[in-house]
Amino acid sequence: MAVAIHLENCGKTFPDGTRALEPIDVRIAAGETIVVLGPSGCGKTTLLRIIAGLESPDAGGRVLFDTEDVTPEPIEQRGVGMVFQSYALFPNMSVAENVGYGLRVRKWPREEREQRVTEMLGLVDLAKLGARRVDQLSGGQKQRVALARALAIRPRVLLLDEPLTALDAKLREQLRVEIDRLLSHLGITSIYVTHDQSEAMALGDRIIVMEKGRIAQTGTPQEIYHHPATAFVADFIGTMNRIVRDGREFMFRPEDARIVPAGSHDLEAKVISSFFLGDHTRLAVDAGAAAPIIVETTERREWPRDETVYLAIAPGALLPVPGEAP
Amino acid sequence: MRVRPLRYWLQLGLTLLVCAFLVVPVFMSILAGVTQNYFIGVKSGLTLRWVGEVWTLYSDTIWRSIYIALATLAVTLALGIPAAYALARAQSRWTRWIEELLTLPIAVPGLATALALILLYGQWRDFRASWLFILVGHVLFTLPFMVRSVLAVMLAVDLRTLEEAAASLGASFRERFLGVILPNVRPGIVAGSLMVVTLSMGEFNMTWMLHTPLTKTLPVGLADSYASMRLEIGSAYTLIFLLMIVPLLVGLQWAAGRVERSRA
Repeated sequence: MAVAIHLENCGKTFPDGTRALEPIDVRIAAGETIVVLGPSGCGKTTLLRIIAGLESPDAGGRVLFDTEDVTPEPIEQRGVGMVFQSYALFPNMSVAENVGYGLRVRKWPREEREQRVTEMLGLVDLAKLGARRVDQLSGGQKQRVALARALAIRPRVLLLDEPLTALDAKLREQLRVEIDRLLSHLGITSIYVTHDQSEAMALGDRIIVMEKGRIAQTGTPQEIYHHPATAFVADFIGTMNRIVRDGREFMFRPEDARIVPAGSHDLEAKVISSFFLGDHTRLAVDAGAAAPIIVETTERREWPRDETVYLAIAPGALLPVPGEAP
Repeated sequence: MRVRPLRYWLQLGLTLLVCAFLVVPVFMSILAGVTQNYFIGVKSGLTLRWVGEVWTLYSDTIWRSIYIALATLAVTLALGIPAAYALARAQSRWTRWIEELLTLPIAVPGLATALALILLYGQWRDFRASWLFILVGHVLFTLPFMVRSVLAVMLAVDLRTLEEAAASLGASFRERFLGVILPNVRPGIVAGSLMVVTLSMGEFNMTWMLHTPLTKTLPVGLADSYASMRLEIGSAYTLIFLLMIVPLLVGLQWAAGRVERSRA
């Protein structure tokens, strides 16, 4: 059964006095996949470890699974499945023994255990590798074993701590699709921590963007992308151009600008450099702003340096820059 | 055949010479232990008579050395593994200090440690006279080797994350320790154990100070036989010692290789 999670006033100060997490409130709906996104040191892993029970919140903080207060419970009693960046598979056990470990600890009878292990290995497409030693697996296979191991115990919550970071780009993409399929198929409440915004956009029902131990914004990927609440969020997710109009600073996404014939344009700019990326070309142009403006075009031609281009910005795409977070 | 430069032959000759320098005395000693009369030489005939004499005279020291070594092993396992675990879990400036302090008994001469033990516990007659007194000295001397050997493997396998993973799957501390931690640090435990047994078996310095006539160990007995027995008996005794210690040393090499591989 999927549970809802409620973090109430959860902060974390380490014994040496560093404040990893300002007291925050987070509500996660049952069955929701929530991605916690932010640069390293923003407190996202601490947040995950508080939900897991690997860290306890500072006095006054509470962690609720549905209405049950689990704050005093250690991790082994919380029924959470956890997937680590470093896989954390047990080297002294085979793939099947790893997946079955949580069931063995729970004293499942052997037959049911084997059945469940077979089912889980099938779920992550590793049906034939049960007898392998874990050091004979590739990184992608290891992480799928870790997923199967975490899900085998039917956890109330699935927690993923940068699960794809140790993999190379192609595998990352592949496993991301697989995780997405799994999470929506299982309907389990999941919390996914990452510093990679494309992973966050692809996987999250909602995203929590964190900065310096605080929540900068919570929202759907669309909300976060199109209506960033702070300048930090705007710059951290995707590319954001900035221009000054009538003494105020505005911003817009590269895909909201088009190259148009002279006359119907909003901006006039000179090409600084162009990057041919196959399906499109990315241009950096100088429109007199502090930083170059990035635009994308699918036109099949060369873009010589210093050529003058005319840009039209889609109506409504121009956003005022939000004030810095207090 | 290809012609080797002169330098090659010089280097080979020097190497063989150094090897001979080290090995020949050991070989001569072994030979002396099975020779009828060393002063006449091998032509007097080979015999196991001296080995037999050693057995009747000194078998108690051999057994004592074996059980002191095993008791030392048991104590260092019981103290060393939890200590290494605690150090591995609480990595900080303080634990690194403690790791450094742990090497102190190795650096201090065995005689000095023995003297300290005698000053402190010498007045407890029964304790002073029993083999347990030697056991305490051996534990003091070998414990650091056990702790460091186990700790090295614990730090190499990212114990903390493995344990967190096991805990997330519902394993209690006891289940994690027995099912995940111990099996994964086994190479370190094996290497540490062989080291402890070898060191305890061969320890002379400190044991010589701590022993009583009724608690002689093999190396102490060896010194005794060199001083007061005929040369052939001392040599036969050495032969027995080598037969016991060499397999341990070979095992130690093998275990150290396994630790290297587990860390790679």
